[in-house]
Amino acid sequence: MSSILQVDNLVKHFNGVQAVNGVSFSIERGSCFGLLGPNGAGKTTTVEMLEGIITPTRGDVRYKGEPTGVAFRQEAGIMFQETSLQEFIRVGETLELFSRFYPRTRPIDELIERCALGEFLDRDVRRLSGGQRQRLLLAIALINDPQIVFLDEPTTGLDPQARRNFWQLVNDIKQEQKTLVLTTHYMEEAYELCDEIAIMDHGKIIAQGSPRALLKKHFDHSVICLPANEVPESLDQDAQLKLHRINGQVEILSEDINASIQQLIAQKVPLTHLQIRSRTLEDLFLELTGRELRS
Amino acid sequence: MRLRRFFAVFTARNLEFVRDRSALSWNIVLPVLIVFGFAFAFSTGGQTLFKVGLFEQHKQAPGVERFLQLKHIQFIPVDSIESAVTKVERHQLDMLLDSASGSYWINDQSANGYLLEQLLKGDETQFTRQTVSGEAIRYVDWLIPGVLGMNIMFSSLFGVGYVIVRYRKNGVLKRLKATPLTALEFLSAQVMSRLWLIVTVTSLVYAGTNLLVGFRMYGSYLSLLLVLVIGTFSMICLSLIIAARLSNEETANGLLNMISWPMMMLSGVWFSLEGSPEIIQQSAQIFPLTHMIEAARAIMIDGAGLVDIFPHLLIMLAMSIVFMAIGARSFRWE
Repeated sequence: MSSILQVDNLVKHFNGVQAVNGVSFSIERGSCFGLLGPNGAGKTTTVEMLEGIITPTRGDVRYKGEPTGVAFRQEAGIMFQETSLQEFIRVGETLELFSRFYPRTRPIDELIERCALGEFLDRDVRRLSGGQRQRLLLAIALINDPQIVFLDEPTTGLDPQARRNFWQLVNDIKQEQKTLVLTTHYMEEAYELCDEIAIMDHGKIIAQGSPRALLKKHFDHSVICLPANEVPESLDQDAQLKLHRINGQVEILSEDINASIQQLIAQKVPLTHLQIRSRTLEDLFLELTGRELRS
Repeated sequence: MRLRRFFAVFTARNLEFVRDRSALSWNIVLPVLIVFGFAFAFSTGGQTLFKVGLFEQHKQAPGVERFLQLKHIQFIPVDSIESAVTKVERHQLDMLLDSASGSYWINDQSANGYLLEQLLKGDETQFTRQTVSGEAIRYVDWLIPGVLGMNIMFSSLFGVGYVIVRYRKNGVLKRLKATPLTALEFLSAQVMSRLWLIVTVTSLVYAGTNLLVGFRMYGSYLSLLLVLVIGTFSMICLSLIIAARLSNEETANGLLNMISWPMMMLSGVWFSLEGSPEIIQQSAQIFPLTHMIEAARAIMIDGAGLVDIFPHLLIMLAMSIVFMAIGARSFRWE
């Protein structure tokens, strides 16, 4: 695959504050690239520089090898994190309005069907629910049949069902070989949708790769979970078990599950409530930054 | 500039205006209420200009009879000299006349009192009297260009300036910036949409109120329409300066009030500036509303033609170009 977007040493200062501090990456054509990080990490600033909404203080963004300009605006679809649509205009009229801005558009009927907008086409945009609104904003982002689609925290504030529905829409877009750039708070979302992720903190990328490769690189062990009151405190100092207590639970980081369980049995620890889980991107982020993703 | 994109924004803005019932009704209801209110208040005609308290009205000293027959003076019977004198002191009466003795009281600081005194004394100087006749220009005839002009000013400044600031604050402009729509297409559509709506609404309000009040109109409706279009255009262009960069509605509101209130007070909406200090009259010339109202009144009341009002049109056009250049040049989507 060839890269469609190259970002080189991107820097952005706001009134002396360095929001983005030398970010470089490239995005493969047809892939889904995720930018992860807590609030204030610089994700939205970075993605808005890619979209051409914010001018970088320094650095370079190239779309198909050229600086982003008119051609980019024609071929990019953007769904902002915070945006508003013109009031008193209905859903169908809003789609019509945006379709007139582009020389080449997708058939509106197809977008209505794909994003399930048919039931509220005549509704004023002010009267949409969170999920309906996000689906309309996605339809607007797709109206020019873009080659690259930017989705900035598209599921923030949605209930789990609406979020799952939205993921299905994004997966459908991926099937069309469109390039996606996604920023998100939700690790599950990134794991589900992204081919490659970059974790940002303090305006810098601190880890980058495919979700699975990143987990494999940083974690070669699983986690054994047990209720804290069922594990004797004498095991806390056990050098082999690598045990620590969190919120009424005991977590044991284990490179060899079988050996760890045999050791627990030997210590007569009841295993009725034992759970084993793999390390997640959330764990990875905590490990890398010491901060929670939603902080 | 792509007309397709221009008309898309133009149509959407028109729909927003028409569907925003509260804004629409204020644009129509307010001027209608003001016009009818003033038409009703001044509909009785034959207003009294002076008020004279009359004591001992059944006895008349020599020369008083002629004074009592004068028109436009309201004679109010009073029972007590003492309480009536207090009213003269407070300008509630212009004069107190004891018709039996021929004594009268006026307040030295009252212009009406001075004039009544001259009328009471009479003057036998002979002048040659000639008469003319014609329909009186009522206050409402004089007022209508001012009221409609004021409405246009508020609609232009707040309907474009304030709305664009709101668009910027809530992210509408950011969303539009991400499309191929250019600033020129967006601003032109906002200006033309508001211009078209104001001209339509103002024409309807004028025609509707005219049916019931019957304004005096000695000039050409076409000239009046031209003044309406160019005047409105100049005030919309003024609002583009406010709309250029602000993203705070409260600041925009303050600035718009700072522009609109002096304009409303000094552009001759409610009262004529004739006779006011020269500096006030000169200052008022910097406002497009002054030129619009003066040109409209000249057409309606004096029957002025295009040549007579040409300087006003030229000034409004020049102002429009300057305002638009500043507004467009300094415009930012965010």
